[in-house]
Amino acid sequence: MKKELVELKINGRTHELAIEPSALLLDVLRQDLGLTGSKRGCDESSCGACTVLVDGIAMMSCTLLAASCQEQGITTVEGVSEHGSLAAIQKAYGDWGGAQCGFCTPGFMMTVKSLLAENPDPSEAEVRAALSSNLCRCTGYSQMYEAIRSAIEAEQQGMAAAK
Amino acid sequence: MSEFSIIGKPTAMIDAAEKTTGAGKYTDDLSVPGMLVGKILHSPYPHARIKSIDTSRAGKLDGVVAVVIGKDAPNPYGILPVGHDEHALALDKVRYVGDNVACVVAISEAIAERALELVDVEYEVLPAYFDPEESMKAQTNLIHDNKPGNLEKDYHHAFGDPDNGFAEADHVAEARFIANEVTHAAMEPHSTLASFELDPHTGKLGRLTVWSSTQVPYYLQHKLSLVLEMPMSQIRVIKPLVGGGFGGKSEVIPLEIIAAVAARKAQAPVKITYTREEVFWAHRGRPRTIIDLKTAIKNDGRITSVKARVVQDGGAYCSYGVVTILYSGALLGALYDIPNIQYDGYRVLTNKPACGAMRGHGTVNVRFAFESQLDELAAKIGMDPAEIRQRNLLKAPCITVNGLRVQSYGLPECIEKTVERSGWKQRKGNLPKGRGLGIACSHYVSGAANSIIRSDMPHSTVNIKIDRDGGVVAYTGASEIGQGSDTMTAQIAAEVLGCSLGRVRVIAADTDLTPIDIGSYSSRVTFMAGNATLRAAEDVKKRIAAAAAKKMNCAAEEIVFREDRLFKKGSVLPGAKKDPAEEAEVTQTGASVSGRVVGQILRGSLQQNRKEEGPKEWMTFEEAVVAAIDFHGALTGTGSYAPPPEARGGKHKGGGVGPSPAYSYSAQVAEVSVDEDTGEVTVHKVWAAHDCGRALNPVSVEGQIIGSVWMGMGQALTEEMVWKDGMLMNAGMLEYRSPSSIESPEVEPIIVQSIDPEGPFGAKECSEGSLAATIPAISNAIYDAVGVRLHESPFTPERVLAALRAKRKDKALNLTEGVDPTAPTHFREHGGSLCFKGKGPERHALDPARREAPASAGGAD
Repeated sequence: MKKELVELKINGRTHELAIEPSALLLDVLRQDLGLTGSKRGCDESSCGACTVLVDGIAMMSCTLLAASCQEQGITTVEGVSEHGSLAAIQKAYGDWGGAQCGFCTPGFMMTVKSLLAENPDPSEAEVRAALSSNLCRCTGYSQMYEAIRSAIEAEQQGMAAAK
Repeated sequence: MSEFSIIGKPTAMIDAAEKTTGAGKYTDDLSVPGMLVGKILHSPYPHARIKSIDTSRAGKLDGVVAVVIGKDAPNPYGILPVGHDEHALALDKVRYVGDNVACVVAISEAIAERALELVDVEYEVLPAYFDPEESMKAQTNLIHDNKPGNLEKDYHHAFGDPDNGFAEADHVAEARFIANEVTHAAMEPHSTLASFELDPHTGKLGRLTVWSSTQVPYYLQHKLSLVLEMPMSQIRVIKPLVGGGFGGKSEVIPLEIIAAVAARKAQAPVKITYTREEVFWAHRGRPRTIIDLKTAIKNDGRITSVKARVVQDGGAYCSYGVVTILYSGALLGALYDIPNIQYDGYRVLTNKPACGAMRGHGTVNVRFAFESQLDELAAKIGMDPAEIRQRNLLKAPCITVNGLRVQSYGLPECIEKTVERSGWKQRKGNLPKGRGLGIACSHYVSGAANSIIRSDMPHSTVNIKIDRDGGVVAYTGASEIGQGSDTMTAQIAAEVLGCSLGRVRVIAADTDLTPIDIGSYSSRVTFMAGNATLRAAEDVKKRIAAAAAKKMNCAAEEIVFREDRLFKKGSVLPGAKKDPAEEAEVTQTGASVSGRVVGQILRGSLQQNRKEEGPKEWMTFEEAVVAAIDFHGALTGTGSYAPPPEARGGKHKGGGVGPSPAYSYSAQVAEVSVDEDTGEVTVHKVWAAHDCGRALNPVSVEGQIIGSVWMGMGQALTEEMVWKDGMLMNAGMLEYRSPSSIESPEVEPIIVQSIDPEGPFGAKECSEGSLAATIPAISNAIYDAVGVRLHESPFTPERVLAALRAKRKDKALNLTEGVDPTAPTHFREHGGSLCFKGKGPERHALDPARREAPASAGGAD
């Protein structure tokens, strides 16, 4: 298939790329751009390891055409840490055991980020519902809830301190 | 001041940031210049002879570099020395749908996939065996010619006097239990990258480097050496981050060998990554197990005898099968004090993907049967299910009837704690209709006392190097697979050396750099690699202490290492971290001593000055390290661990499997509700107490307990590999029904610390033992809720409903059989795309990949 030139805005930077129209966003991220943080756990939107944010909305990049994401802002896990330090959720996942093997973790980071952007103080039921788009085989999810709770508290304290 | 400064505190894993930022590299994230992609052609038939393979059309496709077939690497291999029955690619026969036939190496995945369609294979389809009990009757068309009756291995053990035990019993229960097949489904699909270097002396292909998602880098190195006929010293295996294993990466998986063979033939680096469907075919999970169990008790609840006949549906190759069938027997009788046991185990071959080791290896399914039956017997004599377990406890330290040495035994406390936390005594029997509580126990080894390959080699070795900058580097062969092995290594090294965790860097699982370690399986790492780390750290500590003693004018034994300082025993910890100003000063002094501040790496002038100041009261860790290097030269230490002879078990045939230097114990209470109209079971909460000896990192221990319980719950309620004529009908994460956050219960982990006399700081395993108790705890809770006892896992709504109807003497519902009689019998030609042959949709006339099926393979339906 003939390649076409596309512009993708990823983590705030614009990349000009020649890709096949059928190229999936996950493949473009991993193979063309070397952004291997997004993982391939299946090929059919069932595991969520490839989750990225497209204009702030959590999407599974394994079934998303890269060419369809032009003019949209894409955030991958590589764009989550801020100003050279771990984001609160990244720190909390480490401290509370939210990540074991870590393969699903980038996907969860993106899902949690989109959840908290929409709903900064979700109930446990809301957290469970949001996380159900991603699968994990190590943790049984429990320690993730604690991590998310603690990250929310850290964010709130941070905001209170800023005021 | 607490006894320890590093261990026992919840600690973030040392690689946590790599994982949460996506910076960490797993095998599929790696690439090397000139790397090609490999794709594997899989068998569409469960059992067939390969009459011919013609790769010429595939080889001619533009972009294809090589096509590899069986005869490119015909040497057999297998994880067990007694089970070398696999080949990189099929030589003459395929034995399951998904068996490996050929591998295409191309410049892109798309081209490789296209080329797979052009490999012409002519098969002669043979009768296949799917049910183990049918398979055992086979006379002809054996799966392996040297295995009559398709029997991989059988064992017959009797300890004590089982028949007499039944004769003197008051109550006997007997039933058949079936646990269906489950698989690991680790989140990371297997991946291997293999690359040869050109040898400067011969000018030909020389050393091989393999990056692979493996739990056992050294076994992989060994098997590669067998298949490729290369010395092990010419093969380097590197384990990058591994995205979960659970046993699925604890042996050599076909793609690991195929990638290396393909790289040799293509003369270029080759990476192969499985699709999710291929991961299911690679399998090596927990076999479908048929357990005929008979248990006898006295009126006082004491078990007098147990008799088990276990048949495991092992799939097409040996894999870990011989070990699995032995574990089923060996650990059946070692949790409680059982005086008489008879065990007959059969590992049977069938035309399905091979089963292997999976979390709780061999013990899980028989534990489900045993704990369910014990519950039934408790009900028979009207005894509390918790109490009947308490009446049958071992009196540790002891040797069990089948020769297993038990030194630390936290089971009594586990039962006590779960009963207390779950409110068992008040709530059992007082819950609303349809809601119930169930209890069950389990245990597991902390590593096998006898390694797969019998030798006197230590099971783990760790080297530690400390440089003048005070940085500690631990070299360990142990494989971090997400369980926290690297963090454990760093914690133990830091604890022994009294330095901060941040000083310790762990270099792990690289056969060129790290000393041999047999791998991450059978929950052996904390116990064995932990002990090796402890010894290595003590070895190097001795040298530091000897040098420091001279400076401090005291005996080496008097020196305490703590919080980056060395001081004399009995004196107050100098520079206690209470005062930030003082802390800053100390740090600064320390830094200048190592020479970095003054720019002199080799000799800190400050240190020279101090020498003249007379004996020191205390030293910083860095000062002591510099002193030790000045005194001894290079500062290294090494330590290794081999299980003691007393822990290696009985002398009976098969007695080598089961013995461990220490066992973990678990007791769980599950609270469930059952919808009597739909048969749906909901697990509300599980209280899980686990005796892990000592919790080196409580947050990791809790994570392992919760993860085990969760995985057990998956097997109990939803997970099941569904087969139809040897084809896996649910080879996807959703179809396999791995529980999501919505279906996952709250798990309350309760850590019990029995402090094992031989464990590192008393630690034992914590990652597998809890799994087995969850399934029977749930089935016992279902019984408590609605009064039906389930004999087949998973407890799907269909099975629960069937049991409920049978109890009410209603007409049986036939929900699962004959649902789709038109389903094609042959499809899924290779990984990735779905491709029907015979019945089912045809490829479009203009599809470039369309071609006529070979005559002999036609009419496959």
